[in-house]
Amino acid sequence: MSKQIQVSGLDAYYGSHKAIEDVSMTIEPRSITAFIGPSGCGKSTFLRTLNRMHEVIPGARVEGKVLLDGDDLYAPNVEPVSVRRMIGMVFQRPNPFPTMSIYENVAAGLRLNGRLSKSKLDGIVEESLKGANLWNEVKDRLNKPGAGLSGGQQQRLCIARAIAVKPQVLLMDEPCSALDPISTLAIEDLMAKLKDEYTIVIVTHNMQQAARVSDRTAFFNLAEQGKPGKVIEMDETSRMFTNPTQKATEDYITGRFG
Amino acid sequence: MTTTTGIQHISAGRRFKDLFVKALVYLAFALAVVPLVSVLWLVISNGVARLDLEFLTHSMRGIGARDAGGGAYHAIIGTLEQVLLASVISVPIGLFTAIYLVEYGQGGRLSRAISFFVDVMTGVPSVVAGLFIFAFWILFLGAQFSGWAGALALAILMMPTVVRSAEEMLRLVPNDLREASYALGVSKWRTILKVVLPTAFTGIVTGVMLAVARVAGETAPLLMTVFFTNSINNDPFNGPQMGLPLFVFDQAARPNDTAVDRAWTGALTLILIVMLLNLVARLIAWWRAPARGR
Amino acid sequence: MATNTKTRDGGPAMSRSASRRTHGEGLFRFLSTAAGVVLLAIMAAIAVFLISEAIPALRANEGNFFGDLVWEPNSSKVFGIGALAFGTVLSSALALVIATPIAVGVALFISHYAPRRLAAPLGYLIDLLAAVPSVVYGLWGVTFLVPLLRTPSQWLNEHLGWFPLFAGEGIIGGKTMFAGAVVLAIMILPIIAAISREVFLQAPKMNEEAALALGATRWEMIRMAVLPFGRPGVISAAMLGLGRAMGETIAVALIFPATFDISFQILTPHANSIAANIANGFGEANDIGRGALIASGLVLFVITLLVNMGARFVINRRKEYARVGA
Repeated sequence: MSKQIQVSGLDAYYGSHKAIEDVSMTIEPRSITAFIGPSGCGKSTFLRTLNRMHEVIPGARVEGKVLLDGDDLYAPNVEPVSVRRMIGMVFQRPNPFPTMSIYENVAAGLRLNGRLSKSKLDGIVEESLKGANLWNEVKDRLNKPGAGLSGGQQQRLCIARAIAVKPQVLLMDEPCSALDPISTLAIEDLMAKLKDEYTIVIVTHNMQQAARVSDRTAFFNLAEQGKPGKVIEMDETSRMFTNPTQKATEDYITGRFG
Repeated sequence: MTTTTGIQHISAGRRFKDLFVKALVYLAFALAVVPLVSVLWLVISNGVARLDLEFLTHSMRGIGARDAGGGAYHAIIGTLEQVLLASVISVPIGLFTAIYLVEYGQGGRLSRAISFFVDVMTGVPSVVAGLFIFAFWILFLGAQFSGWAGALALAILMMPTVVRSAEEMLRLVPNDLREASYALGVSKWRTILKVVLPTAFTGIVTGVMLAVARVAGETAPLLMTVFFTNSINNDPFNGPQMGLPLFVFDQAARPNDTAVDRAWTGALTLILIVMLLNLVARLIAWWRAPARGR
Repeated sequence: MATNTKTRDGGPAMSRSASRRTHGEGLFRFLSTAAGVVLLAIMAAIAVFLISEAIPALRANEGNFFGDLVWEPNSSKVFGIGALAFGTVLSSALALVIATPIAVGVALFISHYAPRRLAAPLGYLIDLLAAVPSVVYGLWGVTFLVPLLRTPSQWLNEHLGWFPLFAGEGIIGGKTMFAGAVVLAIMILPIIAAISREVFLQAPKMNEEAALALGATRWEMIRMAVLPFGRPGVISAAMLGLGRAMGETIAVALIFPATFDISFQILTPHANSIAANIANGFGEANDIGRGALIASGLVLFVITLLVNMGARFVINRRKEYARVGA
């Protein structure tokens, strides 16, 4: 249930502005890959090209190849909708559907792909909420609105919603940046658990977080404001944080800029 | 790409539904544009024949029911005067009400009541505004039908629009500007007069012009306030006047072609005036609009 | 509040003109408060004067105002609001049924389907529909739309005549309730579309992205994240449109044949409304006739007031809800 992503020569644009340039990397299954780098370096943009969410923004486009176990996501006959069905996403700010209950939020993605029996649906919702370490906290109020939960619970609800459709890959765009430290810890624990089943990619501003949770880390940077972002270095997390090969990486990690 | 390991296509049902809704949405838009095009086309093609010097400079005085010729000069004059007077009444009241709501009301009970009834006032049917002025001005106070009475009715219809647009513009003025002025020791009313109003000025002008454009086309309230005349009456305070919408209504209700021709030309003139006001208002808004995102 | 105290104890340099300043301040505050109060007073005065001028005519009424289906205040002094109120409600309801789906489609087109660069100008095009004066729609309606609708009306009557609204014998088509409702629908479409468009644009982008990231198609995304959010806004927009349609006068005055009966057969020439009756009857009315028209105007005022207040209530509730959701 987890696939490898291979990116080669990828450029992403907003209109005429090139946001990232010539990114190539391999993201391994059943592991956590972290993207770090200063703001505006294109790491979130790159993450969004991996499930074709980038092109949702008017004028945005992508050149290059993204292979999911060998299948090109940008092949002409591939629909973005199918790609997103296979590659789930968790956003920076928790975004449960405000008009839906907790149960309906988790079931939202499942309902898109045809009708399921009530018992089957119940089963998947419970399994997903358990998977997101949220079941015990919400099992008595599944029919209450999701917006009534705390920020950290809402984010775990969004994770439950994403994994309910059993994606191959889970993309997380700074999932803890809007959360308090305790909720952050809960999400990090959850990631460690989820990586047994999913390919996880996380964008983070927090280097300690990258060091704590990830197996591999990619460092993004841009030459100057207005220039496209690039991957400066990518390696095992332990090596990146102890012995980076590039000067810029070392400067960033040791807090000299960014 | 139909192998089980590859990227699966979405089901035909979902794709069909998506395309179907897309088609419906495009169709809805097309359906909405058809009457607009049809109205404009008919008004122009039927109205342009009689849009001559006689139409613009003569009244209907002495023109018999079946006669050709005649014009709407008396109606054009009437409309311009009535709309101008209506603005003179409604703009100060509307503007000061907006100032109250934004600067003084502070969400108190009175300001909430005013705010609510401004909204409700937007929904007062124009014919009811006309009846009210008839009941109050003409029946109760014993005044006569006049352009001024019509202006009163139009003013009631303009007020809520003026209040809402002015309020919106005043709220757009950043609080920093007000505070900077207070910090210099400038009093509140001078701040409003010298800082807030000039900043919001173009927006307020736009709102007023849109309100004017809206009431310039109103017919119903004129029926029972300015009444009706075929002659030129330049004095809006004395005796019945005419209005361009009233002229169109009157001519359109007559059975002969010469009258209907005049109605079309009247409609064309009216639309030209209204569209011109709209266009100018929007040009001002567009020209001075701060980039507001989205 | 805090700023008030700041200005009150302003610096010594300004104390010379202090009294003039407080005068100005007081006057300005008085003027703006007074303007607001004048507005409230006008609303109250509308009710008061319509009632007081309607009472003599209602006293002189020798029929039943709420029961009779006749309007002869000038001659036999018998008049009843029944047929007129029925016509107002039925024509507006029909207009709403025709306009709302199209307006929602137009709003979605502008907010979520049209190419971004074209969205604003196309939205302006729809707003132009609202700028066309009512009397022009009336003229267009009688000369163009009424003849145009004759054939479809006859078709509907022939093939779907079992449906009560399309039933009827004798003359089918012409100046009918149906033709009037179509014109009303065109006239209220822009306001419903404009408000719906605003609420659709306000639907949180992050929820739309959440839906897309789950693998929703555009329509599924709209159904999940846009429509539930916009529903109260669309409802209140429709109610505002309903109020507008009820008060609409001149266009229907030109189209409706001014009959005084209650008929659901919208394809036959039986139609009237309170507003149309006022416009058509005012010129020839005597004192009692005008009083009777004022009485009918009062009924119209009350109905539209209730509809509008209902719409505002829904909008205000939605605002609170949106604040919680955000």
